[in-house]
Amino acid sequence: MAKDELKTGYRLIGTRPDRPDGLDKVTGRARYGADITAPGMLHAAVVRSPHAHARIIKIDASKALALPGVKAVITRADFPTGLTGEDWNLQENTMAGDVALYDGHAVAAVAATTKLLAQDAALLIEVEYEILPHVTDVDAAMAPGAPAIRPGSADPSVPEGMHPNVIRYIDFGHGDLAAGFAAADLVREATYKTEATHQGYIEPHACLGQMGADGRGEMWVCTQGQWYIRRMSAAVLGIEAANLRVTPSEIGGGFGGKTTIFMEPLSLALSKKAGGRPVKLVMSRSEVFRATGPTASTSMDVKIGMKKDGTITAGQVYFRMQGGAFPGMSPISEALQCAFACYDVPALKHEAVEVLANRPKAAAYRAPGSPMAAFAVESMVDELCRELGLDPIATRLKNAARNGSKSSFGPSYNQIGLVESLEAARAHPNYAAPLGPNQGRGVASGFWMNHGGETSVSLAIGEDGTVGVMVGTPDVGGSRASLALMTAETLGIPYENVRVNIVETGALGVNEPTHGSRATFASGKAAVEAARQAIGEMCRRAAAEWGIDADAVEWKDGAAHPAGPNAGKFPPLTIAEIGASMGSTGGPISGHHESVPGGVGASFGAHVVDVEVDPETGRTTVLRYLVVQDAGRAIHPAYVEGQYQGGAVQGIGWALNEEYVYGTDGRLQNSIFLDYRVPVASDLPMIDTVIVEVPNPGHPYGVRGVGETGITPPLPAMASAIAAATGARLRSLPMSPPKVLAAIRAKGRG
Amino acid sequence: MTKIHVSATVNGDPVEYLADPRESLLDCLRDHLGLTGSKEGCGTGDCGACSVQLDGVLVCSCLVLGAEAQGKKIETVEGLSRGETLHPLQRKFIEHAALQCGFCTPGILVAAKALLEQNPDPNESEIRFWLAGNLCRCTGYDKIIRAVQDAAAEMRGAA
Repeated sequence: MAKDELKTGYRLIGTRPDRPDGLDKVTGRARYGADITAPGMLHAAVVRSPHAHARIIKIDASKALALPGVKAVITRADFPTGLTGEDWNLQENTMAGDVALYDGHAVAAVAATTKLLAQDAALLIEVEYEILPHVTDVDAAMAPGAPAIRPGSADPSVPEGMHPNVIRYIDFGHGDLAAGFAAADLVREATYKTEATHQGYIEPHACLGQMGADGRGEMWVCTQGQWYIRRMSAAVLGIEAANLRVTPSEIGGGFGGKTTIFMEPLSLALSKKAGGRPVKLVMSRSEVFRATGPTASTSMDVKIGMKKDGTITAGQVYFRMQGGAFPGMSPISEALQCAFACYDVPALKHEAVEVLANRPKAAAYRAPGSPMAAFAVESMVDELCRELGLDPIATRLKNAARNGSKSSFGPSYNQIGLVESLEAARAHPNYAAPLGPNQGRGVASGFWMNHGGETSVSLAIGEDGTVGVMVGTPDVGGSRASLALMTAETLGIPYENVRVNIVETGALGVNEPTHGSRATFASGKAAVEAARQAIGEMCRRAAAEWGIDADAVEWKDGAAHPAGPNAGKFPPLTIAEIGASMGSTGGPISGHHESVPGGVGASFGAHVVDVEVDPETGRTTVLRYLVVQDAGRAIHPAYVEGQYQGGAVQGIGWALNEEYVYGTDGRLQNSIFLDYRVPVASDLPMIDTVIVEVPNPGHPYGVRGVGETGITPPLPAMASAIAAATGARLRSLPMSPPKVLAAIRAKGRG
Repeated sequence: MTKIHVSATVNGDPVEYLADPRESLLDCLRDHLGLTGSKEGCGTGDCGACSVQLDGVLVCSCLVLGAEAQGKKIETVEGLSRGETLHPLQRKFIEHAALQCGFCTPGILVAAKALLEQNPDPNESEIRFWLAGNLCRCTGYDKIIRAVQDAAAEMRGAA
């Protein structure tokens, strides 16, 4: 059905050429955040609080400053005062003020002539603390008697009588909830919990900053969004955005965690204090875990009513999420929007609270909020299906959100591919594979709304007819290739004749980061518009050359042609010929497009996983894994598959192993990869993928973002597979071997 | 602290550097020799992004002191290709889209090369266990495993 609507006959869209940056990345030449040096460069190190919550009484840097080669020490006293709102939060997180709010919170920084000297000097900076009571668990943080972390920071949405750590409340819904639950044959409710996990990009944050006494500066930094770095750093330092030029390095993974600042302004402040010498600052892995954005931890109540035939009659959720000691970082709004997005339910109620705790300031992590919401809602749907003896895919199809149905969060869906994804999952051989003892199968669907965002793209025709495209969205996973494919398709020229450059902040208008699955959608849409603009100008040049009306010229196969016999008989003018003569036909030819593109296409997917659980140890092995997701249109299918596979494996890690472990002292106990265990190659099977294509009418080639939905279904799918294999339902992540074993044994006793 | 003079061979070239006794081989490669292809992802030997061969043995260069490399042969990602000719693993990684951000890629290429030197025909499980010390957060490993299998097949065919 939907397939038939696809415009076919593309020359390049849907092919799998080598990515343009492939050679640099397999030879070690690609330059990431820590790979650059500058003349006169200094190195920085950061002093961090070892306490979860402590008043800073005194900072004495005299011993550090006495070391030869130490050039500058900064504390909060070196930052401007009077900031408000999120700017103040960013400044407070960059460098603690009166109080250190979490283990790892920066309290001072030092620049010296070598990395080792900077580290030595950091150890000599003496900080006197008064330890304050702390709280790290979300439920404990809102319980009576919990220490108030930032009293008075709650917004007016919070109902009377809640703990001051509860700082935001949201609710929405529709339909008659009581009637919905009354109409159900089975109503179940339960509480689910997820721990904080880290994005776990392999490249630690790194930057090289330089700023003079005049407040003009430059920065080289690994980031998903150079304009965000510019705006936030400028705000924290009290300088003008235009005076800071930010160049993005290649980026070694981000997953949302590199859309904000953590330590970047420190390099600029140190540079200024050290007389304008460039300062390189590279985080250790432990600093990454302790002081950069993990995701929120959650505690979630879910209640769902279902009829015997699988019809969902009503649903209700109450989510509690902590995103650290800073407001605005718990994705409660996104979590609620995603909670029932896959379903068409007559009565729903959504509530959530954002809670402060003594943990690092959370950052976005791939489909922020959606995986947790799915863990709660999709697990409960599975519990109901199991109790009523229903097929989980048939039940999801019965209640599925479809084209035109009103979403759980308000707007109606346009063209969406949830039904197609569920049907493809049901038809896949994995769904019929035989299972042995201690094995079980889990199914879940997932959703992400996707995002447009501020976008500015320029394109210039070269003198030989090749094309440079300037985009502002860093390439985290092959977007140079997808953008080059769309540009070349539009212009009718070879893929190899397009070079996509990720540019610095001075070269384009403001771009949002590569986040929200927007790079191929938004920068792609803008690149196509810019190419169309250039085509218009090239047609005008041809028209002038031929002495005919520009309307009588059409563009095809990389050349201007007379549009039909009435336009006259002229041999085509190729892009190369037009480019070669443009200096004498009116000057350079370029195209530019900037907008906040509408027409964002929502993303749906369905996963099927088979696991085997060792009843002796509780260890779960993934036997086979299937990801089905609607891409709208896969521009470069290999990188679409890559997004599906990578997202699924991050979700598997979240489900099975990954968690922030805090001691009773409020310190993070697993701040290295040995103890924070992300999935490794030997943990996994191949990850099977099916790309469903229900084209997004809001994009010239039908693209929807593909990056995020894939991390969402694994959490509940794994839990349901483990339940199927063992009979034990785990409602708390991660489902580590000891927890699975305990659940199996508790069931035996029950 | 007095620095230690080290002479070694990197990718066939003689090199000399002065290592602080606390500096890792990775620091020396990156900071003293300008070979930034090897990456630091953890500094604790858990991620494999700094993998190099030291006298033919696969090591995490963040766990080797720079001073220990005296007189040794070091091979890094920068030495994988011969002039313009890429190593089959490098070609297959591009062809199979076995990299997304590319940060773990240098270490994985070096580790996979070391595997194929020992075992030219590894099965999927052998590849997965050999590469278990190389973290990739982007790909879910699927395309990496396929690229290594394909490169191994091509190298066997050429041998």
